[in-house]
Amino acid sequence: MNFPILSAIIFIPLIGSLFIFITRGSQKNIEKNSKYVAIFTSLANLFLSLFLWYSFDVSTSDFQFVEKKIWIDGFVNYQVGIDGISILFILLTTFITPICIVSGINSIKFKIKEFLIAILIMETLMIGVFCSLDLLVFYLFFEGGLIPMFLIIGIWGGPKRVYSAFKFFLFTLLGSVLMLIAIISIYWITGTTDVIKLLDIRIAQEYQHLLWLAFFSSFAVKLPMWPFHTWLPDAHVEAPTAGSVILAAILLKMAGYGFMRFSLGLFPLASDYFTPLIFTLSVIAIIYTSLIALMQDDMKKLIAYSSVAHMGFVTVGIFSITKQGLEGSIIQMISHGLISAGLFLSVGVLYDRYHSRMISSYGGLINIMPKYAVVFMIFTLGALGLPGTSGFVGEFLVLIGIFQKNIIVGILASLGIILAATYMLWLYGRVIFGKIINSDIKKMEDLNKPEIYIMISLAFLIMLFGIYPEPLLNTINVTISNLIENYQINLNYHLTKIIN
Amino acid sequence: MQTLIFILPELFLSLVIMSLLMIGVFIKKSFKLVNLLTILSLIFAIILVINQPSEVNIIFSQSYIIDRLSIFMKVLTLLFCMFVLLLSKDYIKSNGIDKIEYPILILSATLGMILMISSYDLILFYLGLELQSLSLYILASFMRENERSTEAGLKYFVLSALASGLLLYGCSLIYGFTGSTNFEIISINLTESNTGAIFGIVFVIVALAFKISAVPFHMWTPDVYEGSPTSVTSFFALVPKIAAISVFIRFMYSPFINLIDQWQAIIIFLSIASMVLGAVSAIGQNNIKRLMAYSTIGHMGYALAGLATGTQGGVHSTISYLTIYLVMNLGAFGCIFMMKRENIFYENISDLSGLSKNHPTLAFSFLIILFSLAGIPPLAGFFAKFYIFMSVIEVKMYVLATIGLLTTVISAFYYLRIIKVIYFDKPKKPFDKNYDWGLKGSLILSSLLILTYFIYPSILTKVVSLITIY
Repeated sequence: MNFPILSAIIFIPLIGSLFIFITRGSQKNIEKNSKYVAIFTSLANLFLSLFLWYSFDVSTSDFQFVEKKIWIDGFVNYQVGIDGISILFILLTTFITPICIVSGINSIKFKIKEFLIAILIMETLMIGVFCSLDLLVFYLFFEGGLIPMFLIIGIWGGPKRVYSAFKFFLFTLLGSVLMLIAIISIYWITGTTDVIKLLDIRIAQEYQHLLWLAFFSSFAVKLPMWPFHTWLPDAHVEAPTAGSVILAAILLKMAGYGFMRFSLGLFPLASDYFTPLIFTLSVIAIIYTSLIALMQDDMKKLIAYSSVAHMGFVTVGIFSITKQGLEGSIIQMISHGLISAGLFLSVGVLYDRYHSRMISSYGGLINIMPKYAVVFMIFTLGALGLPGTSGFVGEFLVLIGIFQKNIIVGILASLGIILAATYMLWLYGRVIFGKIINSDIKKMEDLNKPEIYIMISLAFLIMLFGIYPEPLLNTINVTISNLIENYQINLNYHLTKIIN
Repeated sequence: MQTLIFILPELFLSLVIMSLLMIGVFIKKSFKLVNLLTILSLIFAIILVINQPSEVNIIFSQSYIIDRLSIFMKVLTLLFCMFVLLLSKDYIKSNGIDKIEYPILILSATLGMILMISSYDLILFYLGLELQSLSLYILASFMRENERSTEAGLKYFVLSALASGLLLYGCSLIYGFTGSTNFEIISINLTESNTGAIFGIVFVIVALAFKISAVPFHMWTPDVYEGSPTSVTSFFALVPKIAAISVFIRFMYSPFINLIDQWQAIIIFLSIASMVLGAVSAIGQNNIKRLMAYSTIGHMGYALAGLATGTQGGVHSTISYLTIYLVMNLGAFGCIFMMKRENIFYENISDLSGLSKNHPTLAFSFLIILFSLAGIPPLAGFFAKFYIFMSVIEVKMYVLATIGLLTTVISAFYYLRIIKVIYFDKPKKPFDKNYDWGLKGSLILSSLLILTYFIYPSILTKVVSLITIY
């Protein structure tokens, strides 16, 4: 197939944002047109990516739809391509973006045009991260996301938005510059930044540990892992709903994807060496942030901390280097993408109506907003990993994986599921059930049409993948087997070399 | 007579300067005319320079060199000199400094820089430098009635004279220990054992560091930038830097190349100190011109990092960095020139408050330029830093690379602070909207270049990679 479908998926949102940028006319017209353009572009991209999934060959672990163009002379080629892992994240991105756009149109009151431009540019950059097969191109997309996200938090965010936006930007930038050094070093060590070639080149062992740490610094901040997570609660709480959704659903997944693709793929020796570090940090993240989440009285903060805990499962799964563990991590990331999006949207619904994120402001909502109570329940149950939701599949597979590798870590991680059940159910109980204490909330309306659409679509997918995860597992199956195989071969090669 | 063809641009510029002086004296109120003629003659000079033969020619008994480096740098100098004049027309008029001397002094400073860029002999180099400096002293204090401007001019004069003195001392040491003022002969006679000449090199480096305002010889920069009229500040921030970097490259890689082990450590120190101080000191600034001064110091630190590598690739990265830096700063000063309410120009960052509400397009260009200055991909500023760190890591200077990249994080903070004021703060009274086309055009050009550079980055690297140091 000659049509550059991947580049099309990457750059269609950018073209859409250009169209929005050049719309002129009366304020009302601009807003109307930009809304149409944004929804149309993002939906078109969703269908295109579904088509991509349809034409994706699941029986091979090679990169597919590879496009290559000379970009910076002699240094770097623009190269994109996908395998079983990336395609799921692309789908997640193209699915979440229209939801963000609809939610943004529904709740953002000013500068809607600029907001839509930022979201669409964000989509381009996020898809780019998951497609790029060149380290520098990856870095470009990875870092470029800072600009629109900084603006989304800073312009449309809550009262402490400036502080949060700065914290988000500087934390992430600090982590990433070290990765840039590593990328340039890799270029000078191996002579290329082409990921396909690099996966076959064995980077000499004396470099591996430092390079791994440099990549780790970037991914650990982005994921975020304990103790680099402090920007996340601030950013989540202050970001507008759509911003929180993008952050939780997709931005955090970039790091998980990075760990899988680069840390495992390029530095198997160092990954093996640092596995205890990852396990320790992840277990601390799971238990410690779950406990913190218990004590929050701000709903968004609670969900933000729960994200850190859930991401802990992802890293545990990835570094268990078992088939179940890795598959579980991917499903956990996809499902957390859907569930956290749902949860943040649910909080956003309340915030739009009553302008408070405090749990204590609400109570007894089931009497006023029954439809809301139902969808919020589905998301809550998904977050605590109830069988029948996608959250269960992910966590269960991760636990199977980690029990094969390290029982203690497995037991400690399992505690996280209990804690998740505690804080999520407690949150749900306090908000939805009980007596209506605050009489102001009686005037609140139930979900409106756009909200129902986006909530139902999210809830549907959460349950679908909970009952029938086969389409996801089928897509990643061969890729994961191949990844583990390569990892083992490379690791053994290095280990025998050290012994000799 | 044959050799005169090689200095056509220089001859042309000197003739223009003299005839413009005549026009200015004999025709009353001729600022507009002189300004226009200056811009036109700059364009013509660019054409003359481009048409020079690109192979190496050393003329006038081995004292004047025309090669790709000098041609490239001369084009940059003339081009950005022209842009600065276009940018500042409105400012000059509003502030009553629309005198004929202004464009003429700018032209003579430019002529001095062009001589510096091409010089292949210490004496000729010094003459060019002094022509440039003397014009710049007057320009800095051009707003005669303004105390700050006068102070800036005086301060610049005193410190610059000191630097010139050091330079002369260094030159005489080098002459004494190598027996010539010619770069080629110096290069041959400079050896590790020639301690006296090494002293000379240090003095020369100090003077050059002063010219590009590298730490610890940066003290004059913030005061002069803040005190001078903004039109002159924009000139200071752009054009003399080209000549200074160019001369830096020429000195280090032509006469001093044999002593690379001696000067490399000095340049690394200058580079790290500039990057760190530029990043840290800019944080507390409220005046945007002062902030730009510290930002310039930081940027010169990165440019020096490329030089410190001692490789051809390092020089190329410095030249690329310089080019992108110029485009970015052109845009930044374009934005500063637009901070005008009812014909009064404002200089505080807080005056930009809520710019995005009143002037969305201007705010957007400022946003692009600031993120680019901070070095965030995919804007041009990122590529500039990328080239530098590519060459730095190539020679395994990991410490320099790490410190450099960490300072980009620190410096990102103060650029973000301006963006915060523009985008997140409450709007103030709008600025005037009557920009002239020169200002508007330069700003649009600069933001477009920065924004679209990533599509085809080879365009600059291809040109730069042709440059070889002779």
